[in-house]
Amino acid sequence: MNLEKVIFGFFIVLAATLNFGFFVGDIENPAHHDVYELFAALVVSLIATVLKFGDRTQIGAVHLSTSLVADLQLIAAAMVWGYAAHVGGGMSPEMTARVVSLSGGALFANVVSVIILIAETIMQRR
Amino acid sequence: MQQALARHHSIFLLILRRMRAPLILLIALFAIAVLGLTLVPGPVVDGQTSYLSFFHAFYFISYTATTIGFGEIPYTFSDQQRLWVIISIYLSVIGWAYTLGSVFNLLADRSLRQAIAMQGFVRAVRRLREPFYLVCGYGETGRLICDALDRMGLRVVVIEVDENKLGELDLHSYAADVPALCADAANPETLKFAGLTHSSCIGVIALTNDDATNLAIAIAARLLAPRVPALCRAERTATSANMASFGTRHILNPFERFSETLALSLHAPKASQLFGWLTGLPGSHVEQRRDPPRGNWIVCGHGRFGRLLVDAMDSEAVPVTIIDIDPKPDGIHRWVQGDGTGADALHEAGVLEATGIVCGTSSDVDNLSIAVTARELNKALFVILRQNHESNRALFEAFESDITVVPSRVIAHECIAILSTPLLAPFLDEIRRRDEEWCGELLHRLTHRLGWRVPQIRSQRINLSRAPALYRRLMRGETITLERLLRSPADRSMAIDCEVLYLDRDDDDHVMTPAPDEKIRPGDELLFAGTRRALEDIDLIIANEHTLEYILTGRDLPGGRIWELLAQRRRKKSQPQLP
Repeated sequence: MNLEKVIFGFFIVLAATLNFGFFVGDIENPAHHDVYELFAALVVSLIATVLKFGDRTQIGAVHLSTSLVADLQLIAAAMVWGYAAHVGGGMSPEMTARVVSLSGGALFANVVSVIILIAETIMQRR
Repeated sequence: MQQALARHHSIFLLILRRMRAPLILLIALFAIAVLGLTLVPGPVVDGQTSYLSFFHAFYFISYTATTIGFGEIPYTFSDQQRLWVIISIYLSVIGWAYTLGSVFNLLADRSLRQAIAMQGFVRAVRRLREPFYLVCGYGETGRLICDALDRMGLRVVVIEVDENKLGELDLHSYAADVPALCADAANPETLKFAGLTHSSCIGVIALTNDDATNLAIAIAARLLAPRVPALCRAERTATSANMASFGTRHILNPFERFSETLALSLHAPKASQLFGWLTGLPGSHVEQRRDPPRGNWIVCGHGRFGRLLVDAMDSEAVPVTIIDIDPKPDGIHRWVQGDGTGADALHEAGVLEATGIVCGTSSDVDNLSIAVTARELNKALFVILRQNHESNRALFEAFESDITVVPSRVIAHECIAILSTPLLAPFLDEIRRRDEEWCGELLHRLTHRLGWRVPQIRSQRINLSRAPALYRRLMRGETITLERLLRSPADRSMAIDCEVLYLDRDDDDHVMTPAPDEKIRPGDELLFAGTRRALEDIDLIIANEHTLEYILTGRDLPGGRIWELLAQRRRKKSQPQLP
């Protein structure tokens, strides 16, 4: 067992689960989507990205790119939320749908990340 | 090559990997501070406890952590919030301090700096579009050669293993930028990075003070870039033999070269002076020194240098007495045990009757000591001094020896001669075959015209790219002699300070010191010796239509199409009036 691998896997899966947690629920209902969960998903996703820095392998490069996609989507979601809450006058169902759908995109990238992680683990056969 | 380069392309990845921990810490601290700020109850507004939203919290922490500090928004903070802000400020300070510390640490990292320097070097070499020489070893010789190449307007790439020597390169001001790398040149990978296989590389010069390294460079050059000529220094005879065995183009052995020169000066002093005058450093003064006399010689130190000189003297049938710490009697020479620095050994070797002495040990101090002692005992002694280190130059200049042999300079001279004028080598070979009288006459004629200062020597082929004006005229069937060509562009009644030493015909024929009425043919290669000014004039004459017209006919050609047409009409009109 390798501690580095544990931490790496932990952050990738946590990023995906938090993202999923924020995503599930009625897409238009602000009460189903907690902003703290979005915050946690964004922070964990950023940390997961940094953890993937500097890997020279082909798989490491794909890991990094999926993570960057997730970050981008989540940052966009956070910005839309910030705009809606402070400039646009509250979370309307329309705005909530936008934030959640953006996080849905990030969720897809995170799922890809998890699949790569699993594939890598199986490939190594140990 | 691609794969090797890729290893150095990963600097960015290296930086990213090293920055992993500080970045994660920074993100974590930011997240904690922002999260905390949203959870801490704020002041009571309109009867309700207000909380900071993520938006405001992130805004606040961003400007607080970066020490900008705009104040408390949107309402004045409650004391609970202030308590959390105190904690966040110190957390973020730790985060920034650690991150900046790691960045500076990384920048100061030796391996990273080397990797960056390497990448810069590889890029600089790859972008070279002009012909360049690859010089391995930037010692005394390397510096002299780089200087000369730079003055000739050629680019240089330098590899040197010693960082301190490479530092001198930065202090030296060259006209062109010199890409330099601190690495072991014996490594073929390094040579490739330095442009050995580059299409613009026109030669490799191996000058390190280690024979094994020079040998490695010679082999690498032979295998990786067979078309690139290699000039390699070899101090041991075994090394030069080894280099010769796989066809190294030029092998530079300073001691062998000097012993050849000495042998030449023993049997043909004029030829040797002519040699010195032709192959000296351009612009330096050649003194009219006295020639080594025949008679009894003493050689102190029977090392690499001494042995070759003894061989040279043997071949000239000059009797030699050898002083060495460790005598190896061979039945031919007289051997004296000692180190020559004391008067006893010199007396025993017969210094009073000797005509010349060679101070050829590997220690500069010993050599000087021998020379001073010997001169005191015998004023008329001809002294040949071996100087090993450039730093002792002042001492050797203070002692007036007849010849001072500086290996680094011997190599530099030869190297420069080979590089600057490929045609000089056949000319010098020819001189070796000529008799003493002929050499004396030539030397007298040349030094009478050009002085004792070492001339600039250049070979020039008459072809379309190098000499378009002259070439076109010759192809039109005009007859042009050397005498008519070598005229001053300022005033054609004056000849320029320049002599043609050698004329290489296109059809494998050649003319030694061609006469003034020798005709030039297209495709000829000429070896010029003259002042810098004169050679610049020649460049102008052979390349510029107008200058050539003036030189040959005295007419000033009008520039531009319209003036040319007008001039043609006028000439046609005026022609019939001529007789």
